[in-house]
Amino acid sequence: MATSFPVEPRVIVRSPRTFIERLRGGDQIALLTTLVCAVTIIVVVALIVVELWMNSQPAIKAFGWHFLTSSTWDPNAEKFGALPFIYGTCLTSALALLIAIPLGIAAAIFLAEMAPPQLSNLLTFLIELLAAVPSVIYGLLGIFVLVPLIRDCLVPVLVKFFGYLPIFQGDFYGVSFLSASLVLSVMVAPFIISVSREVLLAVPVEQREAALAVGATKWEATWQIVLPNASTGIIGSVFLALARALGETMAVTMVIGNTPKITASLFSPGYSIAAVIANEFAEASGRLYVSSLIFLGLVLFGLTIVINAVARILVLTTTQRSA
Amino acid sequence: MKIIQIAVAVAAAALPAAAQVQLTGAGATFPAPIYQKWFSEYASKGVQINYQPIGSGGGIRGINEGTVDFGASDMPLDAQQLKNFKDKHGYDLLMLPTVVGAAVPVYNLPRVTAALRFTGDALAGIYLGKITMWNAPELKAANPGVNLPAQKIVVVHRSEGSGTTFCFTDYLSKVNAGWAAVGKNTSVNWPVGIGAKGNDGVAGMIRQQKGAIGYVELIYAVNNHLPYGLVRNKAGQFVKADIASVGAAAASVTELPPDLGISITDAPGKDAYPISTYTWLLVPSKIEDAQKRQAIKGFLKWAITSGQSEVGALDYVPLPKAVVAAEEKQIARIQ
Repeated sequence: MATSFPVEPRVIVRSPRTFIERLRGGDQIALLTTLVCAVTIIVVVALIVVELWMNSQPAIKAFGWHFLTSSTWDPNAEKFGALPFIYGTCLTSALALLIAIPLGIAAAIFLAEMAPPQLSNLLTFLIELLAAVPSVIYGLLGIFVLVPLIRDCLVPVLVKFFGYLPIFQGDFYGVSFLSASLVLSVMVAPFIISVSREVLLAVPVEQREAALAVGATKWEATWQIVLPNASTGIIGSVFLALARALGETMAVTMVIGNTPKITASLFSPGYSIAAVIANEFAEASGRLYVSSLIFLGLVLFGLTIVINAVARILVLTTTQRSA
Repeated sequence: MKIIQIAVAVAAAALPAAAQVQLTGAGATFPAPIYQKWFSEYASKGVQINYQPIGSGGGIRGINEGTVDFGASDMPLDAQQLKNFKDKHGYDLLMLPTVVGAAVPVYNLPRVTAALRFTGDALAGIYLGKITMWNAPELKAANPGVNLPAQKIVVVHRSEGSGTTFCFTDYLSKVNAGWAAVGKNTSVNWPVGIGAKGNDGVAGMIRQQKGAIGYVELIYAVNNHLPYGLVRNKAGQFVKADIASVGAAAASVTELPPDLGISITDAPGKDAYPISTYTWLLVPSKIEDAQKRQAIKGFLKWAITSGQSEVGALDYVPLPKAVVAAEEKQIARIQ
């Protein structure tokens, strides 16, 4: 080995390897294999879109763009509109992230920077367990534990101090936008914590040492050096959480109240796209009804893409400005 | 080695079983427990029936597309749906009632111990959002002597499509002109209320929320010891749902339509419980495979005769004799 080592570079420089040689070397095989895998994923996504598009044709023909702006959902009159479901999906996801992002990032900073390593490992293990809990369990906990807690402890406080805000007005029946958002935030927080912690740990120790060496406190080093370095990864974790929140079905349907209405109050029951599909697809009879539910699936697909794109553009512009 | 020998022996023993007739069905969830019981018993006669309770809509789609041998539905198909089937396949789709069930109103009023009495108009008024308080005059009039609290009514309905919802809305649209605008279906455009998933979701919501009202299947209410209200029938009597009163509702509808898509809500009998319904098996009138045809016909005949003696144990109500006789004629049409 040692004798052949200086000879090899000369061979490569003299004649570039042919395709067969490269194939033999494994580069091309690796390229082909990974390419096929990557294309497979894209093909699957494309097939989903095509299938959704084709099966939602009757609804698209019947309602067109009006489907997105109408808020009637009447299976008997065969009139379908997606607006209350879009509203519910966006509202609960946004609220869930609003709660989960500060919570998740702060927890990740504690685990990565502040906690003693053994405690950090134990807590991380527990948090990752949370991510593996089936959503129906979250739903049940939501109904039987969280909803009574919200009703008896949180809502009276909110009404007392913020009752003048339209979002905290009206009667509270337990199942509501607020309950759904809180359950969702508990569900997506582990994603943010777990990924953000890994990213924070991956920031080189030298960065921290350099900051400390020029007189920064531990917190300043974390806040001004480590966190900006890890920001891309943390934003990635938020996207992951957002995707989960948008598509979550079971836990949401159990606590959201399943009422297709658009109201400003977080106390009132609502509905989400994933929940209505899961609830009504099995019993839907009639071509237009089924097709409208599939159209809703397409809308959710589009919504996910749009929200992700907007979020990415937002991130891109803000990072450029700060740089 | 021994394991392989055992495996071979097991496989050899299983081979005759594989030669049995296999049938696939899908659809309604409400009668699924009794269907599973029937199918497991009927397996001893050499017919393996695999039933998937995926919902009535799924059952109707399945039989329409020919992906299952029979479907099951909690709501009768209308004339247009039956005609569409005939136009597509060239033969009829037969609707065969199997058992009778009911929906009952449940509520949470901790201080009220007596079973409340509801008129059809009161139930419709509550679900239309016109009656909003428990001490409304319509409820007081039907419940003399009951101290109804001045509490807001929280309306709960099923969130997913369900045969129970069909039965309930079918009843409301028969008794109340205002509800007729909302209509009957497995899920409707509810004017008010909160959607809860499944009978258990509705029951859970009502248990938690004071002043709540909802509806669940009779079987569910009985098995879970939920108190439920009485409903006034067409004859003007307030009737509590049980096997006798639901049976009376089925028996009192003597005029059977030829397709057996019988609605027994708001039935005329004096003891009839008004929110009752049949559930149906959907079988095509032409089955190419002779073995399958014989198996289905045999099973159907068994289910509506000998099988009926077992439905009571699971709190379903058996078919009236007139319906059984009409069904036997329909079963004979399967070619």
